Amino acid sequence: MSRYDAIVIGAGHNGLTNAAYLARAGLSVVVLEKNDYIGGAAVSRELHKGWTYSNCSYVCSMMRQAIHRDLDLSRHGLILVPYLGTVTFGDGDKRLMAYHDEQAALLELKRHSPHDADAMRRFQADLTRYSQLIRKTLMRTPPDPASLRPRDVREFLFLARKFWGLGEKEIYEYVRFFTMSAADFLEDYFENDLVKAAMASPGIIGTALGVYSPGSAYILLHHVMGDVDGSIGAWGLARGGMGAISQAIAGALREAGGEIRTEAPVQRVLVENGQASGVVLENGDELRARIVVSNLDAKRTFTRIMDKSDLPDGIYDKAANFKIRGSSGKVNIALSGLPKFTHLPDNRYVNRGGQGFAGSLETMERAYDCWKRGRWSDDPFIESVIPSAWDPTVAPAGCHWMSNFIQYCPPQLADGPWTPEKRDAFGQTVIDKLERYAPGFKDLIVHTEVRTPHEIENEIGLTEGNIFQGELTIDQLFFNRPFPGYAQYRMPVKNLYMCGSSTHPGGGVSATCGANAAREILKDLKRPNTVPEDDFYDE
Amino acid sequence: MANTDPYAGERLKLSPFHPRQAELNIRDSWAAWNGYKFANYYYDAEYEYFCIRNQCGTYDICPMQKYEIKGPDAEAMLNRMVTRDVKKIGINRVAYTVWCTEEGRVVDDGTIFRLADDRFMLTAGSPNVAWLRQCCYGFDDVTVTDITDELAGLSFQGPMSCTVLRTMGFDGIEEAKPFDIRHFPFRGQTLMISRTGFTGDLGYELWIPRQHALELWDALYAAGEDFGIQPYGEAATNMARLEAGFIMPGMDFNEALQTVHYQHDQTPYELQLGWLVDLKKAHFNGRLALVEEKSRGPAWKLVKLDIEGNWPAEGAIMYNNERCSREIGYVTSAMWSPAAKANIALAMIRSEYVEGELWAEIYKAKELRQYRRMARCKSQTRPFWTPPRARATPPPAY
Repeated sequence: MSRYDAIVIGAGHNGLTNAAYLARAGLSVVVLEKNDYIGGAAVSRELHKGWTYSNCSYVCSMMRQAIHRDLDLSRHGLILVPYLGTVTFGDGDKRLMAYHDEQAALLELKRHSPHDADAMRRFQADLTRYSQLIRKTLMRTPPDPASLRPRDVREFLFLARKFWGLGEKEIYEYVRFFTMSAADFLEDYFENDLVKAAMASPGIIGTALGVYSPGSAYILLHHVMGDVDGSIGAWGLARGGMGAISQAIAGALREAGGEIRTEAPVQRVLVENGQASGVVLENGDELRARIVVSNLDAKRTFTRIMDKSDLPDGIYDKAANFKIRGSSGKVNIALSGLPKFTHLPDNRYVNRGGQGFAGSLETMERAYDCWKRGRWSDDPFIESVIPSAWDPTVAPAGCHWMSNFIQYCPPQLADGPWTPEKRDAFGQTVIDKLERYAPGFKDLIVHTEVRTPHEIENEIGLTEGNIFQGELTIDQLFFNRPFPGYAQYRMPVKNLYMCGSSTHPGGGVSATCGANAAREILKDLKRPNTVPEDDFYDE
Repeated sequence: MANTDPYAGERLKLSPFHPRQAELNIRDSWAAWNGYKFANYYYDAEYEYFCIRNQCGTYDICPMQKYEIKGPDAEAMLNRMVTRDVKKIGINRVAYTVWCTEEGRVVDDGTIFRLADDRFMLTAGSPNVAWLRQCCYGFDDVTVTDITDELAGLSFQGPMSCTVLRTMGFDGIEEAKPFDIRHFPFRGQTLMISRTGFTGDLGYELWIPRQHALELWDALYAAGEDFGIQPYGEAATNMARLEAGFIMPGMDFNEALQTVHYQHDQTPYELQLGWLVDLKKAHFNGRLALVEEKSRGPAWKLVKLDIEGNWPAEGAIMYNNERCSREIGYVTSAMWSPAAKANIALAMIRSEYVEGELWAEIYKAKELRQYRRMARCKSQTRPFWTPPRARATPPPAY
């Protein structure tokens, strides 16, 4: 039997971050991972020789610079490269290019609508204002609204000051914003359908909401509030794939003396005298620790690796009802060349960045309708990127791979469980759609990895394949995440903590959940804090 | 339209690579260097910076001044002029050096390519014709020829640079060590490739007679297409060189011959380039002053700073305390480093304060309103960015 100060369950990027900060505080830490590889959903694997996929998450924007800098992840091999030139494909031959250059972007928008080109400036200013307020909370622990403890009151005052600093009209708009749909929000600004579709697409990614569903406006914000080197809204690729992020954090963890055990699935968290005291692995090994940190989602933590009888009343039901609906699929395609999209200029920049196959708000909503009925759409929304056009390390020279994120894909099908045949049929609809926009695409295919919510759940351990470890709706955000009263990373069983995306601030490869949880744990253990403050407070 | 341009005399000269570079300069962002039209950036400065760190890119060094120095006295003349011992530079090797006034103040920095016992190429950022002529006094058998306009130079930098050169058929280039020179036949010409650059990353400089410049460009871009090749300009160069801790004339040091105010120029020791000064070799320009400075210690030191927060410290005044009661220096170059994820700078600090507390007074505008912040700085000796691939021979595949 081994004994540690802390056991972290799950070597996803948040678990590794959490462990790294605990190890830096001098604690003996072990991270337990069920797979034979680390990274969770921030993972890169070579499934076909020569091609390295970012199998799950594929781009990065929320990774906190303060953590990157503090853990010295560059020295551990991480370099994040922003990519440019995203194209939104509309119905028919309509195309909208998102140019990085302000003047080029203005001209492109004007081509679609002079009104929208103008409105975009107000839209960007409003969105930036909203996101700045949220950004200030990312590396802070949410206050408990029912508590009068000085630190909760102080934190509330901090937030209130920031909020009241907005101005009366902005406060009203902000409150309204949280319950709006992405489509309604955009309706206030734009007239052109393709512009609206392009702007709405971040509002549905990863969520079981449609563009017309209340709450999708926040999802939109969640996807544009990140930054790369201070450029808010920019997205980057990790050189070597998203797994490079997990590997770099693991490097920092090992340097601090932490340990990682792969192929060590946890069967059960041990609870004695109402306190978490260790874990039992599926092979029967018992590991003891002062504290146990779960990087699994809230549902999986409380309904799969804990005894119902060890939990206070009501927690099991809360976890069972935790909203964690799977809604996304992923199709990774190895290609022998660069696909050529029709109705796009042969331009070395726009042909290589990201592609959004959005169609229109209608198309996206119809795809959502299919999801509700337990089917996949034959005209799904696809967000793609060709990492190999930017990263020479992930495909052989002249070859490429395309990451396709599909919204929507149901976790359970109306006509029975997922089968390999159904999975491949789902993948085929995606390939068929890509072929429509890039004739000859099919001839370039070397290898395909199709991931429905079924694969994502079974390989990565995300319940229902929900990429955020739980919906990002206001009932499950901030001091409600994962459950009201338990938003400060401490769970209902003493010495049990959570550090994954089920906690504030939610999904995304940000490393914040893990870092925030470490800060709270170190406070409880009366250790000096090793977690840095965010460095983007005064932007 | 008249075929005589009345403004011809005022227009900038065009580099031999200009036709291709103009095509790719989508933003029309041009600067000038030594009379040549020269890109500030082509598409996006940050994108181009990342090509250097992630893929590969080309940087036009045609405007850089190049002098062929040859004759039996060439070595002696150079040795009299520069601070390093030129005798120690082997044939087909390059050395970075500075040259100084009699007062030990830096005139300029550059590289010496030794091409034969009696033949060298000297590169410099600024024209040095007059200075070189002076340095030749007393040496009978040496000729200095300005070959800037005849020899085209293209810097080719980034982790994929070696792979691209190998794709072009330059076998053995992977065996070139840093500062090595190799010669390859190319379309009936000789292409000289040196493993040199100004980015701190893996990289090479390609040298070819001017009239073959476009052939070289086209061959390089054909081979580099699959490796993200992209031209980059001054903006990206300036980012990369600062991360590497390299100094820039006109920013981190003031060329001595253009300096008006007393000691507003610098000595090699102040620039932390003491390793370039060989006091053991025979007499050279500035030696006496440098011997004295070495024993006394420099009055200022150029230090590498890691600054808290993320406000770039451009133009910041340095203090030894947060209350700004004593000024101890000034920042010469500063930026947020995307690769190192650090707020970096070079700063000239009065030597006696280098070991103490260092504070930068930084100004930043937010929607036209100026804000001020005092930021604590840590000095460091290591460059901000030093990937192992920059020194590895053979370099890794990517």
